Amino acid sequence: MPEPILQMHALDAHYGDFQALYGVDMEVSEGEVLAIIGSNGAGKTTLMRSITGLLSNEPSQITYHREDISSLRADEVAMRGLAMVPEGRQLFPSLSVRENLMIGAQVGRKGPWSLDAVYKLFPILDERKDQQSTSLSGGQQQMVAIGRALMANPDLILFDEISLGLAPIIIKDIYDALPGIIGEGMSAIIVEQDISKALSVSSRVYCLQEGRVSLEGASDTVSREDISRAYFGIE
Amino acid sequence: MTLQDYHVTRSSNAARVAAILGAVALIILVAAPWWAGRADMRLMGELFLYLALASLWNLMAGYAGLVSVGQQAFVGFGGYMLFALTMFAGLHPIAAIVCAGVLGALVSIPVAVLIFRLRGAYFAIGTWVIAEVFRLGFAQISALGGGSGSSLPVAIVKSLASKRAMRESLSYWLALGAAVIVVTAVYLFLRSRKGLALTAIRDNELAAGSLGIDIWRTKFVVYVVTSALTAMIGALIFLQKLRISPDAAFSVNDWTAFVIFIVVIGGIGTIEGPIIGTLVFFALRETLADLGTIYLIVLGVVAIVMMLKAPKGIWGLIRRRYDLQLFPLGYRVIAPGKSDKS
Repeated sequence: MPEPILQMHALDAHYGDFQALYGVDMEVSEGEVLAIIGSNGAGKTTLMRSITGLLSNEPSQITYHREDISSLRADEVAMRGLAMVPEGRQLFPSLSVRENLMIGAQVGRKGPWSLDAVYKLFPILDERKDQQSTSLSGGQQQMVAIGRALMANPDLILFDEISLGLAPIIIKDIYDALPGIIGEGMSAIIVEQDISKALSVSSRVYCLQEGRVSLEGASDTVSREDISRAYFGIE
Repeated sequence: MTLQDYHVTRSSNAARVAAILGAVALIILVAAPWWAGRADMRLMGELFLYLALASLWNLMAGYAGLVSVGQQAFVGFGGYMLFALTMFAGLHPIAAIVCAGVLGALVSIPVAVLIFRLRGAYFAIGTWVIAEVFRLGFAQISALGGGSGSSLPVAIVKSLASKRAMRESLSYWLALGAAVIVVTAVYLFLRSRKGLALTAIRDNELAAGSLGIDIWRTKFVVYVVTSALTAMIGALIFLQKLRISPDAAFSVNDWTAFVIFIVVIGGIGTIEGPIIGTLVFFALRETLADLGTIYLIVLGVVAIVMMLKAPKGIWGLIRRRYDLQLFPLGYRVIAPGKSDKS
């Protein structure tokens, strides 16, 4: 088994007095695509926020390339090659498409991704590059968000709810583009409500339920029954 | 009409016309000593210095989100440095202004480290407290006149230029130059890579952070640069006034309240806003000055009405109505056959 690049060990997360994650153990290997599923409020987004440094954690709960990144700020995590496509896109409304993509390159990491490479992946963005990012359709905005994360040339990319609020045909386009992204040797974590989509693109899957890991397994061997039990918590 | 007929441009007719008119206006203003009276020149010099202060405060509050009500700390600091460096170190006034900027930057570093721990309203109050500390501190220095202040010795004033007319022209040009340099610097900064990061932070601080932008450092750089330039403007202000005292140098009314008024009236978060705001402020001040305290009440009412009815200021209203941008920061799509209406 290849070396894990990201490891979480007994990860807890809190919002004030409310505890959102309880002792989550998880790891991502190099070049692996991991899916995280779970119902609303299961802690999927909290997990993403913990990994990317938007929530602060206790020391030695998260290691990345053997380095403890638990207490780093978000920008320090990003500098180390961990990029996120956030839920709801979170584009910068006063910037154009091209400028949004350029912001992703601020970390200054070398790699295969450049403006040209992103335009090759999503040709529509080349046509729209000087438009305001918020004048685009939802699907095109999602492409900008993906392109912006890729511009950082990350080793690990996190997709938080990429299909949320998009038309099925657009979701298909975006999923069709995924192999071209991950084929570059990148690892990925995909958070998804659509379970069959998540299983079809990933090699391993974790299910979260009320802040705990309720299922872990290879995506092609987990059964429907296991998933519904882990997802809804019904015995 | 195919997609190829559309084109995208950063520039617009309005921006080109504004650039030409701006250049013409600048030439006329540079020539003011040959056509304007002494009082008019003094007024315009003051206007330019306020424009510079407002543009700096706008960069800090409108773009970096640092709402400071303590910038008088750096105005006063710069003014006092001009007096101290010329009187005790024997520097030429122009050299003293530059040194005041450097010292302002140095002083702003520990101040930033301290007050950046505060957020929102606490940050605003913290900056004010720091300014009060500066005022009380300088009032203790007896060599600079203590609480009653001091005047710039005649020999130093004469070292600027021996003739009075020449001195007045010089201090007018310095004020004009300061305003032009500050507005240009803010514009160029916002178009640069760092400016892009600053705009991203203003739009969405969380997303900017997770894309690798160091929010603390970006804000820190903006704070130090604006403080240094504010100190230089402060030195220029007191070179015009020739007299300094702690209450005048660290006046929250003169150097912060009026500046905030200018930016809010003109339009916060736009480069054009402070320019319009400065003109409105001086128009109000010159027409209402005879009314005494009523003048301040009118200013307050105008500010309240603007905040309620047009929170984006006069320039915000104009931009919404006509889609204008005189300092082109963004891009626009031009449809074929349709004339560029802006």
